Amino acid sequence: MNYIDPHIHMVSRITDDYERLARSGCEAISEPAFWAGFDRGSAEAFRDYFKQLTEFERNRAAQFGIQHFCWLCINAKEAENVSLSREVIALIPEFLDTPGVLGIGEIGLNKNTPNEATIFTEQVDFAASHEELILIHTPHLEDKYMGTRMILDVLASDSRVTPGRVLIDHVEEHTVKLALDGGYWCGMTLYPLTKCTPARAVDIIERVGVERIMVNSAGDWGVSDPTAVPKFVVEMRSRGHAESTIRKIVYDNPLSFFSQSKRFDFTPRD
Amino acid sequence: MTSTRLAGEILDRDFLAIRHAILNIAAGLDRVGDGRAVDSVAGDPRLERIHEALKVLAEGETGRAERVQMLFSRAYESNWRS
Repeated sequence: MNYIDPHIHMVSRITDDYERLARSGCEAISEPAFWAGFDRGSAEAFRDYFKQLTEFERNRAAQFGIQHFCWLCINAKEAENVSLSREVIALIPEFLDTPGVLGIGEIGLNKNTPNEATIFTEQVDFAASHEELILIHTPHLEDKYMGTRMILDVLASDSRVTPGRVLIDHVEEHTVKLALDGGYWCGMTLYPLTKCTPARAVDIIERVGVERIMVNSAGDWGVSDPTAVPKFVVEMRSRGHAESTIRKIVYDNPLSFFSQSKRFDFTPRD
Repeated sequence: MTSTRLAGEILDRDFLAIRHAILNIAAGLDRVGDGRAVDSVAGDPRLERIHEALKVLAEGETGRAERVQMLFSRAYESNWRS
């Protein structure tokens, strides 16, 4: 089955992974801007990173017949440095009209600090004032619930934010309903150890349904599996779910959400 | 949307995986218990939460995964902005 991976960090992956993705039916990917595993020292490092996302990775993906889209922002972890964050946010307009840029993301919280909340609020303001889609990173482990509630508080306090134009990512059993009940889209990340396994993701689908929900690999420089989405497909099939139901989650839903961006120049395969 | 499968079917399919997961928990706790100076972790809040989570597993009603997640989560503070 052809699918779209709506969250994967290909700058951290080797070219062989593109080949594996292509062989497993991946038709398109979206790559949020994120933390590189170490804190970058200057805004200029982000200028290079944004060029890598908007030019180099798009071309590298195309060599394997995969359409590449991306998001721009300062990530939650480096947002602890407020002055650097503001310099990076000031760079974004330079890249915003590049084909394939879907919006602002993945913004959010990491350890739920006041500095992170300040920069998250400023990036929500940036996205709202530029009428951009928003992709949100929710924190890890014990910080996820509190951080998700804080994120929802910030979103609800900005009347320009339309929930249907926001994707809240890395939801799990205790946060998925918070996102869906607020009218937001949500993503489940399939990880070998943390976040969701394919089986737990299908359990969640069976509880909350298939509207406004998608799954991703969030493959990056850490322990992760770039071909996790096909494993979710196999788990859905093994439980007897219809192909149309599976396709809605791994293809139609990402397509519907991304289509709200004027720069989503996606061409479906015949 | 709910599961269309029979509980018996699910148990047939998942029994070994559940058994595997429980054995991993048992072995992990044994590993901690067999470690040197085990008394030093007697009051560790992480162990307390693990033992609370094990009680949740033994409860009859579903929604255990969500309740375990909440056990391992920091509580929401509505005055976080102040």
